[in-house]
Amino acid sequence: MLTVSNISKSYGEVRALNGINFEVDRGELFGLIGPDGAGKTSLFRIIATLLLPDSGDVSFDGHDVITDYEFVRKNVGYMPGRFSLYQDLSVKENLEFFATIFNTTVQENKHLIEDIFKQLEPFQNRRAGDLSGGMKQKLALSCALIHKPTMLLLDEPTTGVDAISRKEFWGMLQRLKKEGITIVVSTPYMDESKLCDRVALIQDGAIMDLDTPSGIVNRFDKTVYKVTGNNQYQLLSKIRTMDGVQNAYPFGSSLHVYGSPELNLSGRLDEHFPDADIQVEIIPADIEDTFMNLMTRDHE
Amino acid sequence: MNKAITANKLTKKFGNFIATNAITFDVDKGEVFGFLGANGAGKTTAIKMLTGLSRPTSGEATVAGLDIYRHAEQIKQQIGYMSQKFSLYEDMTVSENIEFYGGIYGLKRSEIRERGGKSLDQLSMTNVRNHKVNSLPLGWKQKLAFAVATLHKPGIVFLDEPTGGVDPITRRQFWEMIYQAAEEGITVFVTTHYMDEAEYCNRISIMVEGLMVACDSPAALKSLHNASSIEEVFIKIARNKE
Repeated sequence: MLTVSNISKSYGEVRALNGINFEVDRGELFGLIGPDGAGKTSLFRIIATLLLPDSGDVSFDGHDVITDYEFVRKNVGYMPGRFSLYQDLSVKENLEFFATIFNTTVQENKHLIEDIFKQLEPFQNRRAGDLSGGMKQKLALSCALIHKPTMLLLDEPTTGVDAISRKEFWGMLQRLKKEGITIVVSTPYMDESKLCDRVALIQDGAIMDLDTPSGIVNRFDKTVYKVTGNNQYQLLSKIRTMDGVQNAYPFGSSLHVYGSPELNLSGRLDEHFPDADIQVEIIPADIEDTFMNLMTRDHE
Repeated sequence: MNKAITANKLTKKFGNFIATNAITFDVDKGEVFGFLGANGAGKTTAIKMLTGLSRPTSGEATVAGLDIYRHAEQIKQQIGYMSQKFSLYEDMTVSENIEFYGGIYGLKRSEIRERGGKSLDQLSMTNVRNHKVNSLPLGWKQKLAFAVATLHKPGIVFLDEPTGGVDPITRRQFWEMIYQAAEEGITVFVTTHYMDEAEYCNRISIMVEGLMVACDSPAALKSLHNASSIEEVFIKIARNKE
């Protein structure tokens, strides 16, 4: 459905994208996972025909995004990272505007946005600028869907959004996927990668790894020790000085420590802190463990 | 006086809309206090009242022992503030930002030089001191903004979503800076949408539609709601209110 080959883009001396390659299958929910400044937005803009790459090719459904940009624009729905709707048009007016631009009507494709539309309906006459964050995001998604695109490009739709609205938004994406729409979505929230079919981990303009979420974590070659104790900060400082520990980071209420299976972390910690109640447990890696270790590997 | 912040039925109305509805809580000196809530729950309004930027409709509050009605201006000198959206001047250099903020907070030239130099050293940013802020990666900017917000050694620092969009390693380095500040006795008042970060706080509060519906240590909230993570607690609490 989408083929990105060797895409590079620089702004002056800053290399935003450095030889990006990936493919997205029809009907797939594909995630670009990475922090701000990784190059996600440049990549979306190139795919959406809004920015020219310095080199490389992108084809969508067999059409080149540069020479055949009209086909791409007709069949792709793009939701930019920043709220891009008309703030002083109402909810209804925004939807009608986007439908008209694409030579269609709200009525014609209403089934696609039905779920979301129900939630927006009470606010139909409110100005877009006056909507809450979660509602703005729902309206933006509706506007990106109104011309019945075969592929959706969603640039950080959940950034700055609270945990509940994020959950709801991913629920909507799962329903759209069932309708057969191909979705490419970017996010800085590592935990959201679990909800994608496949993900690319992106950092400093390059893809560090690309696979199914379970494929990526299964490749992780270090043992992850989950350490829980009372004084986390003290514990962390000590662990970082221990031989054989490759890295250690706080993870919510516990610490994650990376090293070899022969680390004997539990025994050594008991020696250092004989009076403390410290629990050590070996756990499977998650995407965030993997991401951070790939980052440090790439920097070395 | 061991309280950095006290709030008693603090309320702000905009017309008929009650943005912050009689919230009562306090924050101990040196505490890392997480201020959580859904979008539009009233967090920003509350922070604006506590930082002396917005006058409450009713209720009382003190910050650093100062009354928010009578001493709003003095409060501003006792606190540091950093927001995700705006905290540094993008087209000034790193050094210029430090000098500018140091000057605003009334530090002497020698103090600015000494503390600024130390901060840059700790952040490993001495070599980019003459770079414009807009050329730095987001994570660096946020760490620098935190250093700038604490340059005048405030008693309390307010951090409004300081880690949004920041990469996972820098996010953790940022929290280490928070811990360091707390060890030096600075009280930290922080908002975040990353629920794992809530676990790093001594206590957290959760706001839903203007009301403060929970305020306790992460461990106590998890056991009260029979949840394994703060994310679970947050979703249970906020869903129940709907």
